[in-house]
Amino acid sequence: MRSNYLFPESARFYEHSLRLYERLGRELDFNIMFSQRGMLTLAHSRHDLESQRRWANAMRLNGVDSELLDTDEVAELVPALDCSPSARLPVMGGFIQKRGGTVRHDAVAWGYARAADALGVDIIQNCEVTGFELSSGGAHTVKTTRGTIGADRIGLATAGHTTTLADMLGFRLPMTSYALQAFVSEPLKPVLDTVVLSPACGVYVSQSDKGELVVGGGLDLYASYAQRGNLPTVEQTLRGLLTLFPSFSRLRMLRQWAGIVDVVADSTPVLGRSPIPNVFLNCGWGTGGFKAIPAGGWCFAHTIAKNEAHPLTAAFGLDRFARGALIDEAAASGIAH
Amino acid sequence: MLLLTCPHCGPRDETEFSCGGESHIARPSLEATDDAWADYVFFRTNPMGVTFERWRHAYGCGCWFNVARDVVNHRILATYAMTDPKPATSETAISNGLQQSAELAR
Ligand SMILES: Cc1cc2nc3c(=O)[nH]c(=O)nc-3n(C[C@H](O)[C@H](O)[C@H](O)COP(=O)(O)OP(=O)(O)OC[C@H]3O[C@@H](n4cnc5c(N)ncnc54)[C@H](O)[C@@H]3O)c2cc1C
Ligand SMILES: [Zn+2]
Repeated sequence: MRSNYLFPESARFYEHSLRLYERLGRELDFNIMFSQRGMLTLAHSRHDLESQRRWANAMRLNGVDSELLDTDEVAELVPALDCSPSARLPVMGGFIQKRGGTVRHDAVAWGYARAADALGVDIIQNCEVTGFELSSGGAHTVKTTRGTIGADRIGLATAGHTTTLADMLGFRLPMTSYALQAFVSEPLKPVLDTVVLSPACGVYVSQSDKGELVVGGGLDLYASYAQRGNLPTVEQTLRGLLTLFPSFSRLRMLRQWAGIVDVVADSTPVLGRSPIPNVFLNCGWGTGGFKAIPAGGWCFAHTIAKNEAHPLTAAFGLDRFARGALIDEAAASGIAH
Repeated sequence: MLLLTCPHCGPRDETEFSCGGESHIARPSLEATDDAWADYVFFRTNPMGVTFERWRHAYGCGCWFNVARDVVNHRILATYAMTDPKPATSETAISNGLQQSAELAR
């Protein structure tokens, strides 16, 4: 969870999302276990330091909190980190967004589901969309494994599977599906009370309330719909983890999984109209859409209800590719892919 | 773990290769519209099935080549030269993939 983006369009949107998260638990009356324990990004070279200075200052100019740290300050914050000059990739500093942190993802889904249900929203589980019936005014019939549903307006929010629905509707998207893996270790006593990201080591890690380390890395770098991921990426991510924290070398991993994510060239979501007049798009979140949920949902509802873009997502339309108005937000992916 | 077959060097681990994404994309003419250029540069077929993609033996001989691969079960269905057309084999999976891309091209 963070809003450490570079460009004003992204900063405005993700900062709004973070603010909504700050009061989401109360609004849903559900403990989403939001912990603003800070999100620390490490610098391992003078180059990193320079680009982080630019990045952290861009955040401040956008009204988002960020603080630059030197090696001693990083070492004090994360004692388990190998900050010695002889480290394979010596830590030369970093920057922290203190309002960043972690949220329990299941709790967000459960909290939203309960609140939506209470408002009268029908949530139909285990129901796959298998096709659409197209007429002159657009798509008004959704075919599913549990029958046919009529709809005045349709929103596609199926992440890594959005192009399969677009294929059914007959249009193309600027998107490729990749597997992104994550790992959870056996529980440890408290050792890490912030989120640590090292782009150079290709890894990020935090400790859950149950004591497990939650570890992630880069994508498996070829298209995939297989929800498991491959071993070279496991090796690379865990190698990165041990480069930063040699003391974790005896740790066993309890769980590993991969989700299919929808990656766009400029790492900015696609939210707005589709080529079909009554079908709307909410996709392209890639590896970073969890932090966007409250704002993405809000702006998507606005877009569908009013048939026009919300000001916060007006720049995220599908038309930006032909106009060359890309928002090349490498920070969206958190780590360089 | 994928086992890819470099046309030069034979079967090797996926760690020796880098994937260059979708293959067989034709560059539009210079007079093409912005939409056609956007489609060429950014839009991709992304089937849940057989894809045709470019790979490079990056940590070996450096050769680029084409691979037909099922992205659901990660089976490699064909390996062929950069300038070869999409393979039309009897593999049902391949023909499904070809059908799909033909439909998309329409
Ligand atoms: C391992 C991993 C770690 C991540 N870490 C982070 C992180 O730290 N921070 C962050 O911000 N983001 C993170 N992300 C990204 C984030 O999880 C996604 O961007 C986000 O969940 C996307 O939300 P969504 O609602 O768009 O889609 P999803 O939550 O993926 O939901 C899409 C839904 O569509 C359904 N669906 C698909 N096809 C059909 C069909 N034909 N018919 C009906 N339903 C269908 C699926 O079953 C699914 O329920 C991570 C992703 C992964 C995989
Ligand atoms: Zn070779």
